[in-house]
Amino acid sequence: MAYALQQLINGVALGMIYGLIAVGYTMVYGIIGMINFAHGDIFMVGAFISLISFVLIAMGGWTAGPGAILLVLLVSMAVTALYGWSVERVAYRPLRGSFRLAPLISAIGMSIVLQNYVQVAQGARVKPIESLVTGSVELWHGNGFAVSISTMQAMIIVVTLLVLAIFTWLVTRTSLGRAMRACEQDRKMAGLLGIDTDRTISITFVIGAALASVAGTMYLLRYGVIDFYIGFLAGVKAFTAAVLGGIGSLPGAVLGGLLIGLIETFWSAYFSVQYKDVATFAILVITLIFMPTGLLGRAEVEKV
Amino acid sequence: MTIQRRTLLGATLAAPAVLPAGGAMAQARGPIRIAMAGPLTGANATFGAQMREGVTQAVTDLNAAGGVLGQQLAMETGDDACDPRQAVSVANQLAGRQVRVVVGHYCSGSSIPASKVYTEEGVLQISPASTNPRYTDEGSWNTFRTCGRDDQQGAVAGKYIAENYRGKRVAVLHDNSAYGKGLADETKKTMNAAGLTETIYAAYTPGERDYNAVVSRLKAANIDVIYLGGYHTEAGLIIRQAKEQGMNCTLIGGDALTTNEFWQISGAAGEGCMMTFPSDPRKRPQAAEVVARFKARNVDPEGFALYSYAAAQIWAAAAAKANTVDPRKVADAMKASGPWQTVLGPISFDRKGDITVPDFVFYVWKNGSYAEMS
Repeated sequence: MAYALQQLINGVALGMIYGLIAVGYTMVYGIIGMINFAHGDIFMVGAFISLISFVLIAMGGWTAGPGAILLVLLVSMAVTALYGWSVERVAYRPLRGSFRLAPLISAIGMSIVLQNYVQVAQGARVKPIESLVTGSVELWHGNGFAVSISTMQAMIIVVTLLVLAIFTWLVTRTSLGRAMRACEQDRKMAGLLGIDTDRTISITFVIGAALASVAGTMYLLRYGVIDFYIGFLAGVKAFTAAVLGGIGSLPGAVLGGLLIGLIETFWSAYFSVQYKDVATFAILVITLIFMPTGLLGRAEVEKV
Repeated sequence: MTIQRRTLLGATLAAPAVLPAGGAMAQARGPIRIAMAGPLTGANATFGAQMREGVTQAVTDLNAAGGVLGQQLAMETGDDACDPRQAVSVANQLAGRQVRVVVGHYCSGSSIPASKVYTEEGVLQISPASTNPRYTDEGSWNTFRTCGRDDQQGAVAGKYIAENYRGKRVAVLHDNSAYGKGLADETKKTMNAAGLTETIYAAYTPGERDYNAVVSRLKAANIDVIYLGGYHTEAGLIIRQAKEQGMNCTLIGGDALTTNEFWQISGAAGEGCMMTFPSDPRKRPQAAEVVARFKARNVDPEGFALYSYAAAQIWAAAAAKANTVDPRKVADAMKASGPWQTVLGPISFDRKGDITVPDFVFYVWKNGSYAEMS
């Protein structure tokens, strides 16, 4: 029981990071019906910008504390959002009217560009950072097994929920969110009614990138090691999460992320660790056979 | 305009006539090509860099001493990123460039498939780091190594664990790579034979960052000692996450933990971690002069640098002895003659191309640096 609880905590903390990245995939898909394959690499860029900011702050003599982390989080969100905006402006907007596959290929290209850019600019070796958030709290002691949650795990869960709450409010309660949802339903009609669709799409990319950068900062703080290639695996997992939850659905992405994190963790906990990815993707396939639109996705109504 | 065009035309016409002549010259008198192949990018890039430094220094020193058989050496590099597929294409590229000898690769998983290409193309291969037994066991004429083998390394580790942790709970983990699994299996075999059975034997997926699920599993089984067959990135993360979860265990690994990057990743959690590695070649008296030359270039010849240096050294001596750079004849000379005087001390090869006297000892991490265990 204590063991299962510990694994639950591990799984939720991991799933939250997947969920944060998955939101970016799902938002972009929702609004322009395209899989932004460069999103995993935007996450990686976010992690690198956080690392650089931490180093700069340390050089400025500010010892790490909650204030420093908050500052890094904000700087990283701002700069990564700029990357997200530029990617959309450079690689996707010129192809808006083109056939469906064009932006997809362009996205794959963008992913390779970002990876190689970071590899060249920052080097190919892993970049470590000291643990800034240490300590853990023992929650419960049962059957000789101490269940503990580290401060970092708690921070990931709290920050993720907070950030998601803010962005959910943004999408459901503000005029910007209304414009986004309108574009999602019918871009041409929204345009006719005076919504600047290009601007709305840009903002969607900016929000997705900002969320990915939060995930990047959390990832950096949690695991302490990043390299130019982390975006690939995390991107694949988050994309799977978005599909599992129902691509296009915001709560679906978070749910999918949590599920993937939990499946991976619990499979490793009770069965063979080697087969955890097999298990994750087998569950994805089975889900899609019975629910082709994912867990919370809505079937798309083709208007004739 | 006309003149310009004619000159251009003339130059284009003349070029093919010059090229074959140049090519033939290079074959006859040009530099002898020696290559270093290993991971210069990716998670293991730090080891590739050590190897490159070693070969660079060896080539510089050999050239300064008049080259091999009166010819200068030219160095090529190949980056396999420890990816078996990339290793094969790197091997083909190097063979295409008329390389006579390759010092490499690093990962056993790369060295083994690459060795097939070198065998076919007639290139000599000396690995300074690939410890998987299969690399030389397959009986090619061209495979050599200047490091020990996993069965030798595993035997040392297995014996140590069985002797020092009798009655403790041991977990054996590996990353399913040729190197990691080979090492873990050899250690397990020796340990079991000495009467200690592991509590957990499991594989993890390399390349990930979150090993908390595995760590919690170890914690639930009250593991005291983790033996890990794998590379330093995962080893560092696993011990760091284990200490975060409040485990009080020791991690023991193989030669791949012999890099400062391990400590950068593990942080203070790496304190007391142990690994098997040959006794530090930098400290041997015969290495002093070469180490000084490395230091003069501001390079610390840590890890595999001197093993790579020795590989080039042996090849040059064997070529001089055989009086040819023909790879097959040099290979025969390397096995038949010897011991070769190297920066590592005298080295002889057995029939398979393995060194005859391996010397694995234990190292321990303390305060961010590693030292031989007393």
